[in-house]
Amino acid sequence: MRSLIVIMMGAVLVNNYVLSQFLGICSFLGVSKKQDQATGMSLAVIFVMLLATAVTWPIQTFLLDPNKLGYLQTIVFILVIAALVQLVEIVMKRYTPALHTALGVYLPLITTNCAVLGVAIDNIDASYTFLESMVNSLGCGLGYFLAMVLFSGVRSRMEDAKPPKSFEGLPLTLIAAAIVSVSFFGFAGIIENLFG
Amino acid sequence: MKKSSSLSVLLDGIIKENPVLVLILGTCPTLALTTQASNAIGMGIAATLVLLCSNMAISALRKVIPDNVRIPCYIVLIAGFVTVVEMLVEAYAYSLYESLGIYLPLIVVNCIILGRAEMFASKNGIGASALDGIGMGIGFTLAMLAMATIREIFGAGTWFGMPIPFFCDNPISILAQPPGGFFVYGLLIAIVNKATHGKAIKKKDFGCDDCPSAATCGMTGGCNKEGSAV
Repeated sequence: MRSLIVIMMGAVLVNNYVLSQFLGICSFLGVSKKQDQATGMSLAVIFVMLLATAVTWPIQTFLLDPNKLGYLQTIVFILVIAALVQLVEIVMKRYTPALHTALGVYLPLITTNCAVLGVAIDNIDASYTFLESMVNSLGCGLGYFLAMVLFSGVRSRMEDAKPPKSFEGLPLTLIAAAIVSVSFFGFAGIIENLFG
Repeated sequence: MKKSSSLSVLLDGIIKENPVLVLILGTCPTLALTTQASNAIGMGIAATLVLLCSNMAISALRKVIPDNVRIPCYIVLIAGFVTVVEMLVEAYAYSLYESLGIYLPLIVVNCIILGRAEMFASKNGIGASALDGIGMGIGFTLAMLAMATIREIFGAGTWFGMPIPFFCDNPISILAQPPGGFFVYGLLIAIVNKATHGKAIKKKDFGCDDCPSAATCGMTGGCNKEGSAV
């Protein structure tokens, strides 16, 4: 139980996927302009991360490893994730139209989101058990959610700012991201001090 | 294809359409691996190899691949080349393999590669696509090297691991940490903006034209546009 909490805290705060591992930056910069879009995207990411881990972990452990096919990991994982996202979208559209309207538009974007493939590979590299992998994925997803929601709040405040002309748009966004990232720095020693 | 235009295809990737500083593609490895110049070069070369191979293969197969399933086909091809490069790096440059870590398999989802496949290789011949791949790869490598140089010299006081006098006694270590990545990247884009008088980036506020997900994406008019997500 304790190790699960450590994994969770580590994934959400210390090794935040967006702000300290730099995964999923494209969507972090692209979809964070409005709070509702940021929330929708993050929920979709959490959902797909959990689903992808639930599928890729058994594939790696029961299919690739026993047959010494570990080198096919990258190809198999990306295909499985892409197919999974399509499938989920079709099922969602058919059975839960309300959820589809809320999350549907973000789903196709997630196939090429490196955070999802990243968490699937990360779980294997860290040789987590199935339960630990699921907790780690949930943590990474929540970390992404936290970063997105925080940053969309920061960005809405930036709307009225009048920066020098060459800093308008993306440069200003990146520098704001740097400052948000500094704030996550404060969590660096939290695991050692709480559980060490 | 005339000689002058093939040269311009090559140069476009390096300067006018630099993938990192002008097209703003492939941000994840750019931010993560520019703490050391040697990592930046290693990542640049690996990505260039994948880009060259995938551009050529996709260009050669562009008339065979049906339009409806092109994105999955591209992803499979790219994943194949990434696996090859991954195995080569593991075999011949193990220390680089260790330091690139998870970012090496993640070349698969690097927007530069899928983006060039969709934007260039699927419409042009093999020769031009190869040149485009090399140009984009060099542009990616140079931009990463520039950023890594700034971050390594100011952040750690070294360059390619060699200590630089003065800087190694007074490192600004935050530049080598994650916040520094965002900060230096923002500054570099601002400098490019200034140098080109805002022409380079103006059209690019994550518009759909340059987005690799555009084909599968439900939103129109760019992810950033007001009220576009319906």
